[in-house]
Amino acid sequence: MSTTITDQKARTEALKKVEAEKPRLEFGGAWDYAPAPESKEHVRLEKRYGLFIGGEFVAPRSKKYFETINPATEEVLAEVAEGNAADIDAAVRAAEQAYEKRWKKLSGAQRGKYIYRIARLLQEKAREFAVLETMNGGKPIKESRDVDVPLAVAHFFYHAGWADKLEYAFPRHSVSPIGVCGQIIPWNFPLLMAAWKIAPALACGNTVVLKPAETTPLTSLHLARIFQEADLPPGVVNIVPGAGETGAHLVNHPRARKIAFTGSTDVGKIIQRSIAGTGKRLTLELGGKAANIIFEDAALDQAVEGIINGIYFNQGHVCCAGSRLLVQESVAATVLTKLADRVATLRLGDPLDKNTDVGAINSKMQLEKIREMVSTGVEEGAQLHQSACAIPSRGFWFPPTFFTGVAQSHRIAREEIFGPVLAVMTFRTPEEAVEKANNIPYGLSAGIWTDKGSKIFKITSKMKAGVVWANTFNKFDPSSPFGGYKESGFGREGGVHGLRAYVELS
Amino acid sequence: MSTTVLSLDLSRVPPVDQVGIDERAAALAKRSIKTTAKRAGIRLAMSMLDLTTLEGKDSEGKVRQLCQKAMRPMPGDPTVPHVAAVCVYPNLVSIAKDALSGSGVKVASVATGFPAGQVPLPVKIEDTRLAVAMGADEIDMVIDRGAFLAGDYDRVFEEIIAVKDACGPAHLKVILETGELETYDNVRRASRLAMGAGADFIKTSTGKIQPASTPGVVLVMLEAIRDHYKETGRRVGMKPAGGIKTSKEALHLLVLVKETLGDAWLTPDLFRIGASTVANDLLMQLVKETTGRYQNEDYFTKD
Repeated sequence: MSTTITDQKARTEALKKVEAEKPRLEFGGAWDYAPAPESKEHVRLEKRYGLFIGGEFVAPRSKKYFETINPATEEVLAEVAEGNAADIDAAVRAAEQAYEKRWKKLSGAQRGKYIYRIARLLQEKAREFAVLETMNGGKPIKESRDVDVPLAVAHFFYHAGWADKLEYAFPRHSVSPIGVCGQIIPWNFPLLMAAWKIAPALACGNTVVLKPAETTPLTSLHLARIFQEADLPPGVVNIVPGAGETGAHLVNHPRARKIAFTGSTDVGKIIQRSIAGTGKRLTLELGGKAANIIFEDAALDQAVEGIINGIYFNQGHVCCAGSRLLVQESVAATVLTKLADRVATLRLGDPLDKNTDVGAINSKMQLEKIREMVSTGVEEGAQLHQSACAIPSRGFWFPPTFFTGVAQSHRIAREEIFGPVLAVMTFRTPEEAVEKANNIPYGLSAGIWTDKGSKIFKITSKMKAGVVWANTFNKFDPSSPFGGYKESGFGREGGVHGLRAYVELS
Repeated sequence: MSTTVLSLDLSRVPPVDQVGIDERAAALAKRSIKTTAKRAGIRLAMSMLDLTTLEGKDSEGKVRQLCQKAMRPMPGDPTVPHVAAVCVYPNLVSIAKDALSGSGVKVASVATGFPAGQVPLPVKIEDTRLAVAMGADEIDMVIDRGAFLAGDYDRVFEEIIAVKDACGPAHLKVILETGELETYDNVRRASRLAMGAGADFIKTSTGKIQPASTPGVVLVMLEAIRDHYKETGRRVGMKPAGGIKTSKEALHLLVLVKETLGDAWLTPDLFRIGASTVANDLLMQLVKETTGRYQNEDYFTKD
């Protein structure tokens, strides 16, 4: 008995020694980048923001304001009005009036002119919006600058083009708008989600009441300033910040004809229940737990980039994040070594620094949720691997993390974490990969990595996911429809498919 | 001195995704290199330069002038280091050796029928031996691209082994001439082949073919070096050459090295930049960093 223990000990020691002698890469400070913070000068912050109703910023009937902070520093940026039932009612009525009196009477070409104008103004103010998005949400400036803002602009441009061509999108139908749309957006891509929702609604002739998320209302409110500058008729877009309760008032308002929601699956289910039988139209874009599948014949170094982009982009606060890695056993060891090296190069810190790769977690609440899920992973027996990067003393932060030795039944492999935490599993055959990838209640996105074209077609056709990327990940384009299967929701956003949610056809 | 020769098994070389490589290289080009990082990076890049002149009209006088520049790139400022090496044709090796004596600047010579490599193997070997005998510390050889593209990997492999042998104590840099290999898959395989045959450095280009060094090609080669190191524990050096003209490009190369291979490669022992015009741009940027103003280019000597 004692000899076995000694043997075991000796073996562990020997293994440790082998591990220590393996060639290692050091990513230290031999030549380090100096701080390169983006200037905040372009951002004109108000002390206090009202609700945007009927083309004006107005004081809330609720008389309530909440503080909105910078999650990287916990510093208060501004006070923002919180809408209650009366505020929502005022906003919906303003939207209805604008719809009946102005917006639905305009020709498609005239609507398009306004949307083009919004797109151009947003493009001109790209830097202001990128900096503000980063300050309010914690995401790295390189992402808000290169992804969020340009894509938001592209969505307005794209849908502006559709405004006078709707009958070509739906041949042999006559196309009419729905009316007032209630739209509720999440905190992970605040400006981009506002664009995804507002642009198609306006292009199709509807008016909007938008509720931004409670932690990230600022870019939506600055977008309202652009609507004013673009002379968008008052009431066509109304913005009422608030938390879940404000959203519930919007969902349940009898004059809201259509609800579009992006957020958690739990809230999505509540919304669907509460509007059942009302005749309201609904689209839901909910959670995800995407499988990123690496086959042995993949370009491995680029696949590792895809893993990094899939899970650490926007701190993993992405509904279509590649949060489950399925890697073929024959290359698993190689891929994991490469992944560990790559994680060591990720730069976590000041989101306004142009060299930051991983920014702040959006809120304290989200940070606690991530911590809880990670400790669950450890308790369930998975092996934790974490970047050794320094963590700033103020603000909400979580280091890039991945788990190996994960079982399909572990909570970290089943539930959406919505943070920089990856669950790694292996598979032996393509069939097993497909089965594991689909064996989950979600179905928003997936990624496939192989150098073999025929395999791409074979596997993608078997994936039950709304978006499947091949040899890339997290690529978005306004002309490409986005949306889920199963508990990831229904309805599509973007492309011709996305227009369908905002029109009545006869 | 002997290097383990790997079996020539190219089937284990992973494929390269062109879109992915170009995206990653472009993303790293967006690193913002400012103030202290810029000054340190410029000095580091200067110390990694292989100042090169490879022209038919090269003369003794031209080489001696280049050697002066190599030893003291910025007269009056001792914080600017000397470059790593001066790279010339074999006929000019002894001149360079004499001019650089005691300076710490190495003499590199191209050999093996540079730039095309279309001469018989015995000539390549003799070319190498003579260059070393005349004082070359480093040999920049070219691979037989014709044989490589024809799939005759054994021949390319054997030639490198033979030239490495002829080098004796001199370091061997193997030029892949990536502009003629065309695909990233070829570049990765050729890198693996050269390292397996014992190359101390792998180098992108002769400078005679376009495109020469591109960020994508450099990244592919750095990743091949990383795999080789993980597999064998041997650190092979990297030398992009050709077409690198600005400080920005040079700093981008350092970023690629820093974030792919890490600290150990950020030294002239393992990373070189083959160029000549970039030297003055590095100096101009350095002066701009201290004075806040760009100087007239005539304040910097061309030779």
